[in-house]
Amino acid sequence: MAPSILVLGTFIILPIFYALFLSFQKVQLLGGIEYDFIGLRNYSRLIEDGRVWIALRNTVEYVLIVVPTQTLLALGLAVTLNSGIKGKHWWRIIYFLPTITSSAVLTLIFMWIYNTNGLLNEFLAIFGLPTYNWLGDPVVALKGIMLMNIWSTAPFFMVIYLAALQDIPKSVYEAATLDGANGWRQFFHITLPLLKPVTFFVASVGVIGTFQLFDQSYIFSGGSGGPNNATLTVVLLIYQYVFKDLQMGYAAAVAFLLAVVIIAATLIQRWFFGGETLN
Amino acid sequence: MTQLQDSSTCTLDTSNMVGRETERQRSHFPWLKGLLYVGLGIYALVTIIPFLWALSASFKPLSEIAAGGAGFWPKQFTLDNYRQIFLQEPLFLRWFFNSIVIAVSVTLCNLLFNSMTGYALARLRFRGRRFWFFLILAVLAIPVQVTLIPTFLILKAFGWLNSYQGMIAPSMVNATFIFMMRQFFLNFPKELEEAAALDGLNQFEIFWHIVLPLAKPALAAQAIFVFMSSWNNFLMPVVVLFDPEMFTLPLGLNTFKGQYISYWNYIMAASIVFTLPALGIYAFFNRYFIENVRLTGSKG
Repeated sequence: MAPSILVLGTFIILPIFYALFLSFQKVQLLGGIEYDFIGLRNYSRLIEDGRVWIALRNTVEYVLIVVPTQTLLALGLAVTLNSGIKGKHWWRIIYFLPTITSSAVLTLIFMWIYNTNGLLNEFLAIFGLPTYNWLGDPVVALKGIMLMNIWSTAPFFMVIYLAALQDIPKSVYEAATLDGANGWRQFFHITLPLLKPVTFFVASVGVIGTFQLFDQSYIFSGGSGGPNNATLTVVLLIYQYVFKDLQMGYAAAVAFLLAVVIIAATLIQRWFFGGETLN
Repeated sequence: MTQLQDSSTCTLDTSNMVGRETERQRSHFPWLKGLLYVGLGIYALVTIIPFLWALSASFKPLSEIAAGGAGFWPKQFTLDNYRQIFLQEPLFLRWFFNSIVIAVSVTLCNLLFNSMTGYALARLRFRGRRFWFFLILAVLAIPVQVTLIPTFLILKAFGWLNSYQGMIAPSMVNATFIFMMRQFFLNFPKELEEAAALDGLNQFEIFWHIVLPLAKPALAAQAIFVFMSSWNNFLMPVVVLFDPEMFTLPLGLNTFKGQYISYWNYIMAASIVFTLPALGIYAFFNRYFIENVRLTGSKG
């Protein structure tokens, strides 16, 4: 117990207060560390900082597209696998593969697939479709990352859904069949409502995870967030402010902005899911 | 619970009948079943093709890759790419070694500390127990990025930047798994421990000799997940490590990309080597993976 408290204390609790402290300072890293209290100026700077808004917009767009898509895909796969398909175990093993692979490896593989002479273009060429420079176009660069992450995260949530589906007692469906409810109605009136806590969990974990997008953007753009800030995410921006511009105080303020956004998003979700249970 | 069981035994007859009826209904739509298999098959292909593509590239010479073409089977099978990264790239083995040292230490520390803390929170009566429990719960809600900058400065103050301990110490404990272990120990039969206490074992001996061995499934599930997340972690090493000698594999792989800009054959060979240990662990412990997802997933 004591070592845990020490570690949690040193590397989580203390840092939270330290971060709060930093966000009100101008930090100079010249040999030693110098602090300069500047009050709320880091926070007021957030409002005028165009890159913060670009990063936030990219990240929110990413969350809004990725979370619903991967949740639906996970649900669809789980329900399909649970509908008396043979070899469930083997399908699950195959689908789970991307989930255990490192984000660095996945990003590199996908960068190569998206490459001008990569697999995607070769595939398009087979059908006589025009090929394209997927990585260089600001409009599609973030979409490429979205596609990859939906592909790699959905199976993880599929396993959660699958476990939950197996916990629904068969007798519920049998009763519904006796009452004359067909497959679709059973899905919408029994399966979905019973899965609601799981969906809330999957969506929350999804939102928290997607807001923290970093590895893929960093590797895709070589740390720059390019092309033309298209893959700049909030975490990547924090990283840039810390290690490129050495503005620790301001970066801490951006980090708190992110924390507030994530907590707000989680609360909105709770409200959304809670509001539905009232009906 | 008992009520549910009762009703299910009562309806045993009818449920059999219903089962047969749905069977018959389904056989009216064999195409539907077929469609499901086709869908699953297509998705399986979508899942596996990027991996096969990477694997095939790792055995192709650069000339064949540069020429393009969507052939999965290498026309000129070669092991040169692997030879290059292992023999010509002095740092690759070092990265591999660093990754293993860090991932193994982090895993061992987590197993020990998380289960001890979880056990203490579930069983021991001590002052401030509730306070610590809620503190750990609160920690779960804080995104890593908030603590990242201070952690960097703290490690800098300790002189631990660019070192193994700098990578290991901040990750030694994980609030999620403390929580998971606590839930596990709450459901653990108390009688065993009481019997052991009667036999004269002290608190620590009970934990070490009685509780831990019985917690193996939970420990295994935890070990795999902690190992994988450490093995695959990118953000921490990017922040803490700056000397190429100290890089872990994900970071090394990223510099590889910069170094061999269009040498996809080397990059893919390195990616495969990097993925294999994780794949091996997954293949061996597949059961525990699912177990872990259930344990953490059902908490939501």
